[in-house]
Amino acid sequence: MSTHTLAVLVENSPGVLARVAGLFSRRAYNIDSLAVGPTENPNISRMTIVINVENHALEQVIRQLDKLINVIHIAEVKPLESIQSELLLVKISATNSLKAEVERVVDSFGAKIVDWDDQSMTIEATGDPEKIANLLTAVGTFGIRELVQSGLVALERGSSALSDRTLSAQSIPTADGGQADYQN
Amino acid sequence: MSTPNGTAMNGATSLVKSLEAAGVDVMFGIPGGAILPAYDPIFDSTIRHILVRHEQGAGHAATGYAQVTGRAGVCIATSGPGATNLVTPLADAAMDSVPLVAITGQVPSAAIGTDAFQEADIRGITMPFTKHNYLITNPDDIPRAIAEAFHIANTGRPGPVLVDIAKDALQRATTFNWPSTVSLAGYHPHLEPDSQSISDAAALIAQSHRPVFYVGGGVIKANASRELMQLAELLGAPVVTTLMALGSFPASHPLHMGMPGMHGTVSAVTALQKSDLLITLGARFDDRVTGKLSSFAVNAKVIHADIDPAEIGKNRFADVPIVGDLKATITALIPALRSALSKNQPDLSTWLRQVNHLKSTYPLGFDIPTDGTISPQYVIQQLGKISGLDSIFVAGVGQHQMWASQFIPYEKPRTWLNSGGLGTMGYSVPAAMGAKVGAPDTTVWSIDGDGCFQMTNQELVTCALNNIPIKVAIINNESLGMVRQWQTLFYEGRYSNTSLESKRIPDFPKLADAMGCVGLSCDRPEDVDSIIEKAMSINDQPVVVDFRVHRDAMVWPMVAAGTSNDEIMIAREMAPDWDSQEL
Ligand SMILES: Cc1ncc(C[n+]2csc(CCOP(=O)(O)OP(=O)(O)O)c2C)c(N)n1
Repeated sequence: MSTHTLAVLVENSPGVLARVAGLFSRRAYNIDSLAVGPTENPNISRMTIVINVENHALEQVIRQLDKLINVIHIAEVKPLESIQSELLLVKISATNSLKAEVERVVDSFGAKIVDWDDQSMTIEATGDPEKIANLLTAVGTFGIRELVQSGLVALERGSSALSDRTLSAQSIPTADGGQADYQN
Repeated sequence: MSTPNGTAMNGATSLVKSLEAAGVDVMFGIPGGAILPAYDPIFDSTIRHILVRHEQGAGHAATGYAQVTGRAGVCIATSGPGATNLVTPLADAAMDSVPLVAITGQVPSAAIGTDAFQEADIRGITMPFTKHNYLITNPDDIPRAIAEAFHIANTGRPGPVLVDIAKDALQRATTFNWPSTVSLAGYHPHLEPDSQSISDAAALIAQSHRPVFYVGGGVIKANASRELMQLAELLGAPVVTTLMALGSFPASHPLHMGMPGMHGTVSAVTALQKSDLLITLGARFDDRVTGKLSSFAVNAKVIHADIDPAEIGKNRFADVPIVGDLKATITALIPALRSALSKNQPDLSTWLRQVNHLKSTYPLGFDIPTDGTISPQYVIQQLGKISGLDSIFVAGVGQHQMWASQFIPYEKPRTWLNSGGLGTMGYSVPAAMGAKVGAPDTTVWSIDGDGCFQMTNQELVTCALNNIPIKVAIINNESLGMVRQWQTLFYEGRYSNTSLESKRIPDFPKLADAMGCVGLSCDRPEDVDSIIEKAMSINDQPVVVDFRVHRDAMVWPMVAAGTSNDEIMIAREMAPDWDSQEL
């Protein structure tokens, strides 16, 4: 088993998320995370899906996904060739007296304290999963009251864009119903 | 005839005009509140609407129609229970790659999500087993959705598409705009096989000494029987046809080894097991064919040609994958193979002798009961003989289905219909109805079990009233025979809930009579032929024959579920005599 990140361009139409999620569940593929949001094209949404599968199963996943009519393009995004990032919001039990100490930890991760009162502080951080995990360990010593994390999003490095390779739907004449060929 | 674009009308009329524009000539359905607006323009349409007695019947009828004509079948139902009654036929059509378009009414768009009367999220429910589905709330979207639905259902790997339309979208004003083209950003069926794969396949075939054509239902869908015949004769290798492929290659052909799988012939099962190359054409390595996958054809390389890329490598690794339409694939493979064989012609004579030896040593057969009762296999064999091989035979699910696959030698594509993937009891009568509508000049026999028949026989009323004279042979063994067979073999004969007592109740001929059909019954082996002939002579009414057969007959050969194909049994506790084989 290994972890793979898929970038999936889908039509921005109702039910697409249910189709994709349903496919993963009924085919018993394990999703580690799924993030979905708008893209530069208002008709298209982009999903970033992290899955844990055998290599040959990855191909199956991609082919099954590709059968969904609303799925326009699928690409595997390799960690070394992409920027991969998660968002973390974590509320820790730290009183104001600890603020300087927390700030030092938070600064070292390029994160920031975005809210505080006399009982707690909320930290916002972005970064790859490893960095987020390390940050959590570091602030864990203060006591974590609550945390929320987004799924991973990923973008390939360099100037090319996934959508360059897609969206060239050919037009096919209608009235092309499977012609009768009874007992050929 | 066709309605000009830009004509003002309501959504319901736009729906019916769209169905007409898509070339629909018949649809099967039942009205109800949410779909009612559509039934008003249906009243004036050129499309024949057949009013069924249960929406499941509409769905299977559309399937039977599609399987004999190759064109998408159409069914229509109201929201809620009407729509959920279509669930089984949609799942059935998805498993057997049948092109189907299902239209359902939905509650008005403002009521969606409120648990309104007769609301069911049929789009959500059917997502797993439709090729695609739609929920339409704007009447302007109807023509495009219908055009896309037919395009998706009919092209690539065929399959069912559902279009759910909110009642207010049917009622509101719109202008009709039938699109001249469809363009779907995410749908591009790959039709032309890659030439490199074709030459790789040809080269591999020319090196093989034990090749087998493993032929699936895709060959029938692609109308590629003629091409298959040329390819098979060019190589002169054995051919096996799966349950979904019977008729794609003539059963009488010397290269035909029969059907592989759980109840396949020894020759077909063993040809696959001992092969060094499976030339897989439109088949999908279903578990009923492979048996225990890890022990299936362990020494074989695999060429896998299919229009659906997701089938390739799903269950079995393909050494040479070929994605494309099978007619195009086989057409390309023929010259490629001819040229490969001209350089290297392997000698297949030993291989052919071995499989032919199995074919002659282990032919399909059955015991004649000694107590004077009728053998079910005999009835089915005689149906094939007397009705002839131009007839269409439509089976239910169970022992009778397997016997109908074994004892009628299908010679032509689209003469054998059954529910292979889902195994849907209740498929036969309505599918036969749809088949007869699609092929009105052909004799259509439903070969049904007494259990299956009691699930959907109400469609005989539809047949009687709409001049659809199908013939039904009930293979009445007064039990859920296939389940009973498993109880005999795997549950020490503890027959929990498999006795139907259907030689007592219901009285099938009376039931048939009550439904406007001719009802006949047959108790004695010596009457089988004459009663079949009598049924053959009645063509202005549906006919139902209650063949009251021996209860304990079993389907052989058998590979028990989950075991290796090497464990094939030709009768209870009887394996083929492998020691006397040279394999
Ligand atoms: C809808 C449905 N329910 C249950 C089954 C399980 N099942 C498979 S075969 C069978 C028995 C069918 O009995 P019958 O129609 O009498 O045919 P026979 O096997 O006796 O020929 C059953 C219950 C099924 N395939 N489909």
